[in-house]
Amino acid sequence: MNTAKIRPLFKHEEGRGSGATFESRSMDSQPRKNITLRKAKARNSETSPKISIRNLNFYYGDFHALVDNTLDIFENRVTAIIGPSGCGKSTHIRVYNRIYELYREQRATGEVFLDGENILSPSYDVIELRRRVGMIFQKPTPFPMSIEDNVTYGLKMHYKLTRSRMMERVEWALNQAALWDEVKDELDKPATALSGGQQQRLCIARAIAVEPEILLMDEPTSAIDPIATAKIEDLVVNLKDRFTIVIVTHNMQQAARVSDYTAFFYQGVIVEVGETERIFTKPEKEQTEAYITGRFG
Amino acid sequence: MRRRPATFRKFLNTFVVGVSGFSALVGLFFLGWILLEVVLKGASALSIGFFTKLPAPPGVPGGGLANAIVGTILMTALAVLIGVPLGILGGVYLSEFGEDSKIASTIRFASNVLMGTPSIIVGVFIYAIMVYPIGHFSGYAGAVSLAVIMLPVVVRTTEDMLRMVPNALRESALALGAPRWKVTFQVVFRGAKSGLLTGVLLAIARVSGETAPLLFTALNSPFWMKSLFGPTANLTVTIFNYAMSPYKDWQRQAWGASLLIMAGVLSVTIISRLYLRGRNKR
Amino acid sequence: MALTQTSPPSLPGAPSGVPGFPPSSPPESPRGRGDTLFRWVTVASAVLVPLLILGLFISLTDLSMPSIRHFGLRFVVSNAWNPVKHDFGALSSIYGTLVSTLIAMVIAMPLGLAIAFFLVELIPPGFGRIIGGAIELLAAIPSIIFGMWGLFVFAPYMADHVQPFLARIGGNLPLFQGPPMGIGMLTAGVILALMILPFITSVTSDVFRMVPVQLKESAYGMGSTTFEVARKVTLRYGFDGIVGAGFLGLGRALGETMAVTFVIGNSHKISASLFTGANTIASTLANEFTEASDPLYLSSLVELGLILLFITVFVEILSRLWLGRMKKKSGRRV
Repeated sequence: MNTAKIRPLFKHEEGRGSGATFESRSMDSQPRKNITLRKAKARNSETSPKISIRNLNFYYGDFHALVDNTLDIFENRVTAIIGPSGCGKSTHIRVYNRIYELYREQRATGEVFLDGENILSPSYDVIELRRRVGMIFQKPTPFPMSIEDNVTYGLKMHYKLTRSRMMERVEWALNQAALWDEVKDELDKPATALSGGQQQRLCIARAIAVEPEILLMDEPTSAIDPIATAKIEDLVVNLKDRFTIVIVTHNMQQAARVSDYTAFFYQGVIVEVGETERIFTKPEKEQTEAYITGRFG
Repeated sequence: MRRRPATFRKFLNTFVVGVSGFSALVGLFFLGWILLEVVLKGASALSIGFFTKLPAPPGVPGGGLANAIVGTILMTALAVLIGVPLGILGGVYLSEFGEDSKIASTIRFASNVLMGTPSIIVGVFIYAIMVYPIGHFSGYAGAVSLAVIMLPVVVRTTEDMLRMVPNALRESALALGAPRWKVTFQVVFRGAKSGLLTGVLLAIARVSGETAPLLFTALNSPFWMKSLFGPTANLTVTIFNYAMSPYKDWQRQAWGASLLIMAGVLSVTIISRLYLRGRNKR
Repeated sequence: MALTQTSPPSLPGAPSGVPGFPPSSPPESPRGRGDTLFRWVTVASAVLVPLLILGLFISLTDLSMPSIRHFGLRFVVSNAWNPVKHDFGALSSIYGTLVSTLIAMVIAMPLGLAIAFFLVELIPPGFGRIIGGAIELLAAIPSIIFGMWGLFVFAPYMADHVQPFLARIGGNLPLFQGPPMGIGMLTAGVILALMILPFITSVTSDVFRMVPVQLKESAYGMGSTTFEVARKVTLRYGFDGIVGAGFLGLGRALGETMAVTFVIGNSHKISASLFTGANTIASTLANEFTEASDPLYLSSLVELGLILLFITVFVEILSRLWLGRMKKKSGRRV
């Protein structure tokens, strides 16, 4: 289900900012040959990252939380962001949908290109941005309404649909979130009555119902039990055919299980980024190795 | 899927934001309007005579409200003497002994009901038990009605303030072998001192502007009181009587009395609120 | 226990025992007696509160017995109010109490919600608290000041500007008939609205602040506007609390006396027009109580008070039950 919209070609100039230099710092080890092993869609991501972050700096008041982050997120891939708590993982992805703007003292500088357009520019429509970039939070956040109303919440906002089309979308989204079979007979029950794992999958259904292009997941399994966690991990792997996924996790096994790329954050700096397999087997930086082998964090 | 343009949603949002900002302005506007009118109209009535002279007979210009000022202060003071100790002791029971027992929750519920009871009903009640049987209005009845209004307020704020004192403080004092009453007065009260003080101040602010309960208890009087056994002059009932009168001079004095009452009540309220807020921040 | 461990064994008062063990309890009697007394004094003070409520009901019922016996149930449905003929009925007072309160609620609820939305969601928290504090000051202004302002400032303004305007746009509506005198039901309702506004605003603001940030963030994350988050998420989440705020305002408005007495016009007629004079239970009491020379007149007034007491206690109980329900619910939620 690709959107009909014509996407601009990747038009991010080489010389923009000092991106190139930082890119070389963190990205030059990108093993292109591995990507070519993957089929069809991989070719797209090879040439044009879905999101390109260039020299992103982030401040909570005076506190400098992210330092010169430069990173590429590839389409239809799962990118995991790992690092010890407080290292800026969540802060980093909260820039992608500009949710940080809700707080007056938080500020981001630098550039984040989504399909080549800088989303941090004030003229970029934040409502449209958040339709394209969905987000799943740490704790399940079912809205205080029925299961069905939760899923149609965004649909009604962003689309004109007939009742029957709407219900098709609800079923589709709940199916994608592997929740349909569990709730199809009780769609008008309050969403808060579901279990924690079901609530989180409902939030995923709610987010994907509006067909975002990117799904941000901020430690989506940290508040739910292991069985539900396994279900959500399966879901992440299945959903990447359709969405570009960025997942923040403090659980390294989880990153290893679900992601294609992994970025390691430490104290607001991207220490290392690359193919997940390589990061976990042959980390280049000492800090990465120390973290992965459990020597700190 | 057909996209729904966000234009209308954004417009609606801007509109509602505008309306809500306007609403806040409306609230502030009325506050400002009332304060301004009372200050402007009241200031012209205040003079030295206002504070020192007795009321002039109807239609005769001049005179003051000295007796009413004294009456209001005396009755409020007496109400504090009755209401505050009882209220604090009641609050001590709720926080130190009652806790979640059935009787404590009944008392808590009753306090809420009494707080929600219109003050004029309290006036009728005191009339029924203190004026009707005796046969005449009295300042004592007025003070008791104010005390009844204060009581539930003091009970609940005392409980809230005492509950904020950490249990470790009580336990360590009790562990030293001190009796409960000593622990409560010497340790727990000291910990909650400023909270209790502001609670009492707010209760005073609330009752000193009350009119309705005094209408049928203290009534009013144009003379110096000999004692609180008879009808007792007070500012608020005087405002009511003077405002309803046809005499311009009395109406002017009603504004003066309004300014006096409002300035007193608001300054006590603001000071205790700021104090409470500053303390909470720390 | 800390004492036994750290103090030298020779310290007077320290129990002679193995160090590190709890002290054997000291003799109970002297301290026990003081504490028993203390406990009883506090219980007595606390029990005074429910006793006062009981006393309220008993004494008001007692004093209104002549009227209850004389008029029976007719008192509640009769609109008569004739001290000369000794014929009294509560209907116009009850009607006025309910209608003035209704007007106040209709104005104050949306206004309070809008202000709370503005204070919590739109402006920086520090700024919001300052403006909120200013609006709460409205609650500290004594009722009689509202009365003075209402009678001498606001009622003339209503007569000159607001009421002619309403009559023009309202045209044939029975609500806006009659000469614009300023004094009357509408003015009383508006002033009541101002008086309960601070309560509604502050409770609603607290309710808005209680909505978990994650919930708001995820609504924003779906691409909602601020208003949509408030309408679809915050309002639903805080619905119980907002109804509670309404109850609080309702209780205040029903029993408000002095401000209403100044501006409502004190007429015992029931009229569909909001421009004409009316009365409420509280205003009737304030106006006529001291003039009531005749026992039946006085008794009828006390019965009016008893009716008001029943109404407010009923509202109070409803609101507490509602808030209790809410507390239980939010307890489960967290």
